Amino acid sequence: MEMNLAILLLLSPFVGFLFNVFFGKKVSKGFSGTIGTLTVVVSFLLSVCFFAQLNQNGKAFEFSLFDWIQVGNFKLNFGILLDQLSILWLLFVTGIGSLIHLYSISYMHDDENMHKFFAYLNLFVFFMITLVVGSNLLVMFIGWEGVGLCSYLLIGFWYKNQDYNDAAKKAFIMNRVGDLGLLIGIFILAINLDTINFTDLNAGVVALNKTGGNQALQWAALCLFIGATGKSAQIPLYTWLPDAMAGPTPVSALIHAATMVTAGIFMVTRMNFLFDLTPNVQHVIAIIGTITALVAAAIGLLQNDIKKVLAYSTVSQLGLMFLALGLGAYNVAVFHVITHAFFKACLFLGSGSVIHGLHGEQDMRKMGGLRKAMPITFWTMMISTLAIAGIFPFAGFWSKDEILMTAFHENKTLWIVASIASIMTAFYMFRLMYLTFFREFRGTEEQKNHLHESPSLITIPLVILAVLATIGGAINLPGSTWLNHYLEPILAGKHEEHHLGSTEYMLMGIALVGAIIGIVLAYSKYIKQAFVPKTDNEIVGFSKTIYNKFYVDELYTATIVKPINALSNFFRTTLEPALSKVVFSFGSVAYGLSSQGRKLQNGNIGLYLFVFVIGICAIITYLFIAQ
Amino acid sequence: MGNILNEIGIENYIFLSVLLFCIGVFGVLYRRNAIIVFMSIEIMLNAVNLLFVAFSTYHQDAEGQVFVFFSMAVAAAEVAVGLAILVSVFRNLGSIDIDNLKNLKG
Repeated sequence: MEMNLAILLLLSPFVGFLFNVFFGKKVSKGFSGTIGTLTVVVSFLLSVCFFAQLNQNGKAFEFSLFDWIQVGNFKLNFGILLDQLSILWLLFVTGIGSLIHLYSISYMHDDENMHKFFAYLNLFVFFMITLVVGSNLLVMFIGWEGVGLCSYLLIGFWYKNQDYNDAAKKAFIMNRVGDLGLLIGIFILAINLDTINFTDLNAGVVALNKTGGNQALQWAALCLFIGATGKSAQIPLYTWLPDAMAGPTPVSALIHAATMVTAGIFMVTRMNFLFDLTPNVQHVIAIIGTITALVAAAIGLLQNDIKKVLAYSTVSQLGLMFLALGLGAYNVAVFHVITHAFFKACLFLGSGSVIHGLHGEQDMRKMGGLRKAMPITFWTMMISTLAIAGIFPFAGFWSKDEILMTAFHENKTLWIVASIASIMTAFYMFRLMYLTFFREFRGTEEQKNHLHESPSLITIPLVILAVLATIGGAINLPGSTWLNHYLEPILAGKHEEHHLGSTEYMLMGIALVGAIIGIVLAYSKYIKQAFVPKTDNEIVGFSKTIYNKFYVDELYTATIVKPINALSNFFRTTLEPALSKVVFSFGSVAYGLSSQGRKLQNGNIGLYLFVFVIGICAIITYLFIAQ
Repeated sequence: MGNILNEIGIENYIFLSVLLFCIGVFGVLYRRNAIIVFMSIEIMLNAVNLLFVAFSTYHQDAEGQVFVFFSMAVAAAEVAVGLAILVSVFRNLGSIDIDNLKNLKG
């Protein structure tokens, strides 16, 4: 029974995918969207059932669908594992997924390929569920690759625009680099431990560490982390995520903010027993996370595309999560993943609502004053902005504060850098709000006349997410740490409670004051001084460097893309002709020989017979002599 | 029945056989008429058959004679096919000179 329900949970979005692929074009757009949404809702409801059951008996549920690979000692099942961690992920993947599907019915209604959009979206949810519920690393890897594929398909959804196609390819290729790391990490574990089942790995890793295999474990952990940097957009593989905003906005909300990019955090949390034994790698993770948080926040300060700002903010928030992971505070990272999913999905959907209202305009310099025209969008986004900025008592305050608190206890430098990043976050998020919703409208007259609030299918998900962004922090308030207790079976006895002493209150105060400073700075610049960002070519000096994203893309182009292009050009123009010359010369030798040999076969039967007899005589003579 | 080899020695059969075989070979090499070439081949075949039978008697072993029956049966089949080809060649070319068959070369 449970097994069937779990399979239904997994396959329901896949059924939606099949329906939309084969019949999507024949039915009406609304119907195709409804089917797509319902299949995800089914998964969500089943996740809730499993969650309730797990809460009652606290037992993880694992079973195998079929035997998959068997080589020597190495046996692998296609197994499904529903434990605290995977069900938590299932809940918000399918929950937010349902809301975003609902939103897309209205948002994508004018698109001729709406059924295709829902097919991809359903396929994405299916792969995301596979990633989350897999009971070993390889099943997780299937989902990992699958979500990468869907991400590629959806970024390039409007394939008639070549820039979008390039963005899709960039995302796909950069993810490949990370995936290679993940795969190598899996191989190292499989070679050393003969198993990659999560439940067996735990004991195996500990045993190997005792028998002096720490070196191998470190490499494995590092490789797994490289995989995570690709999927979760960390330095050095983060540049694909801002470009991924080429996709439709619901995609950005679902895949590139709330769910897929958290896969790296999921994986590291899943493998927490491995990372705990490799403190060096943990250190690397913490440092990379912090630097990513800072760099991405700095770039976000000066972006003018509303979605780009949110994209860099996502990268920055993911960096904070990795900081927590690196410090061994997995539960804190998971907490921030969940609250971030709520408010970032809300922000993206809100920006989608704005873009929808302005008929595709994404440049904040041409917005402004939308508060009156789009009140629901404004208020929901405002709540989420307060949440991401870390204002009491919204969800983001609690989770971000936990991260900063952990950093403060472990490493003061990281704490300072992370705090600066969060002040920047408050600044650029309010810059976004002020430029978009306050003062007067800066677009064309025609756009101004058409300003309107989005339909209810768009605003309902916004409201739900805004509510969640407000109260989401309640799952892990200091003092009533439900999430920490819930995750205890996964992170056996690792979390430490922060007792609320004066230090903790002071830290909360500092974080809050920092956020308010950021907001006030943004207010004075964009409301008081009525500053509007300049056009692209008027930006000079250091801000130009930031505006151009520290020229990281250019750096990658110069150091990686250009040399590879040059190399392939060399191969094409020099090596390939040389090789084919060698091969062709064999051919011409054979041709030359045969042009002589061919003369023997002249069709004269008399000659043939003569040669035949001579030959037999020769053979007989030879045999005779040989004896 | 006394052994016939007592009256005519085995070497005489071998000489006859070699003679017949050589006649066959030269017939194949020198004649241009396909039917004659064909007949020469038959002579060669029968020279071998003769040798078979002679040695069979010499060794007092019936196996050689049995073999000859097989080879005659195969030869008969081969002749049937070969003559059919020759008829077909004659119908197409109006002659059975083997030099004309050059045209079959690709």
